[in-house]
Amino acid sequence: MQDNLKSSSYQQLEQKSKYTNMFLRWFLYFILIVFASYFIFPLYVMVVTSLKTMEEIRQGTLLSWPSGLNLESWAVAWGGRGYGAGDTFLRPYFWNSIKMVVPAVFFSTFIGAMTGYVLTKWRFKGDQWVFLFLLFGCFIPFQAILLPMARTLGVLGISNSVVGLVLVHTVYGIPFTTLFFRNYYVSVPTELVKAARIDGAGFFKIFFKILLPISAPIIVVTVIWQFTQIWNDFLFGSTFSFGEAAPIQVALNNMVLSSTSVKEYNVDMASAIIAGIPTLIVYVLAGKYFIRGLTSGAVKG
Amino acid sequence: MFKWLEKNLPKIVMAPAVGLIGWFVYGFVLWTLYISFTNSKILPKYELWGFGQYEKLWASRKWLIAVDNLLIFTALFLIFCVVIGIILAIFLDQKIRAEGLLRTIYLYPMALSFIVTGTAWKWILNPTLGIQKMFRDWGFENFTFDWLVDREMAIYTIVIAGVWQSAGFVMALFLAGLRSVEDEIVKAAKIDGASLFTVYWKILLPMMRPVFFTSFVILVHISIKSYDLIVALTQGGPGISTTMPALYMTQTAFHKSQVGLSAASAMMMFMAVAAVIIPYLYSELRRENAR
Repeated sequence: MQDNLKSSSYQQLEQKSKYTNMFLRWFLYFILIVFASYFIFPLYVMVVTSLKTMEEIRQGTLLSWPSGLNLESWAVAWGGRGYGAGDTFLRPYFWNSIKMVVPAVFFSTFIGAMTGYVLTKWRFKGDQWVFLFLLFGCFIPFQAILLPMARTLGVLGISNSVVGLVLVHTVYGIPFTTLFFRNYYVSVPTELVKAARIDGAGFFKIFFKILLPISAPIIVVTVIWQFTQIWNDFLFGSTFSFGEAAPIQVALNNMVLSSTSVKEYNVDMASAIIAGIPTLIVYVLAGKYFIRGLTSGAVKG
Repeated sequence: MFKWLEKNLPKIVMAPAVGLIGWFVYGFVLWTLYISFTNSKILPKYELWGFGQYEKLWASRKWLIAVDNLLIFTALFLIFCVVIGIILAIFLDQKIRAEGLLRTIYLYPMALSFIVTGTAWKWILNPTLGIQKMFRDWGFENFTFDWLVDREMAIYTIVIAGVWQSAGFVMALFLAGLRSVEDEIVKAAKIDGASLFTVYWKILLPMMRPVFFTSFVILVHISIKSYDLIVALTQGGPGISTTMPALYMTQTAFHKSQVGLSAASAMMMFMAVAAVIIPYLYSELRRENAR
């Protein structure tokens, strides 16, 4: 009864402020669109610049529309100009990044899933401290490990190689992947596991039969998170690799900074888009999971 | 033997993660800490040398500039990201049409690397062909926007690009926070005659305290670590005017081969992060245990 009363008076209230509301809504949309333009602006500029010739760039403004679909700078950014020395282009580095990302994402996700499983379903004394121990790894500034890491990779004979970068990204991904899986498995009823244990199911059987089948969402979140992090990494890539083993972000930076010839902004922009496109595609296709990674577990990143 | 294996299987499965993190995180940090107390140049030396590197560090003009820049950047980065993030979150929370599209637009920079962001903004902000030229071509002949090449102002270009990249993230955090509040609370307040402004200012935003805290921690963390963006946008220049601690550390280690000194700077960064993170982890764990 009282609830009914409340909601009807609420409706009246809404009716009364209809006109102020209308003005407010226009204002609201206006501000939202202003900000949307601020966020879109660089992407727009990148795309149109990449489609212009250098002549057009000098004559027009940032916003001016390109005269046509001029894909030459894209071709140069991806495959070079075809002459030998000093001709840097992204194709080989793009593949370096793929070769680095795929195993690193796989290993770090797998280890994270296992660790998260143990921490929630096979609890032992002091497991909370172990979790904290791992969690702290999310936060360390990597500068504090760069020097010994460089030496370690040297000792192992994998410095300046994709293998070395796979190792680095796997290790420093573990705290995040553990966090994701641990937070996800915490909400899975432990009774399920207990019942299976009574039925005689072992450690791995429980994981593969009970937990893995319901893990799809968190696997997607983790894979997207790790993929984005590793693809976008620059610090490790630039510190532990150079020349041919470099991942794409390092190559992009070298291309943009190289001052051997006249600055070709159209090629720079095409390169930047190429380096950004894989993560952008993932974001557009699976934005929901991307945001979930960012806000839920990765809040701690 | 088999029994033992079965009993300890979970711990064995845990071992790789714990071992790797123990070695590569804690072991390495300790190594860096130790080296920061030695007089290592190109190669690490292991005789202790005391606090010499720290004295050298805090006497270095470049490091002081880096710390100064970090403070300026962190303050502005925090303020702008949080203010823009909150405004966008509150506005998006008003049952907006095309909310999904707008959200996608506000957040997409988070999917890009700082190198891509830096490359784009470097092109936009360059005085000869970028924004400055655009406004001049539009008839504002005296329009000047050359912060990128201005020693005094270059640090603010990093703020512009950094805020562009991270403000959407804060929006996402606050939007999630606002959505988790019961509708009834807002309705009740409105019936009591509170304006929308009051509802947000007096009721909802104070409820968002944990979100403020989280945003603060993450943004400070991002800013202490910021490295890529500076490399792509200014390389620390013009001169050394936009150097930040992370850039100082790598340059000192890998270009100047001052291993001991760079270890000291890395430890300063480590302590700065720890000062923010440890209270955060502590409060998070307490909250979780209270649940």
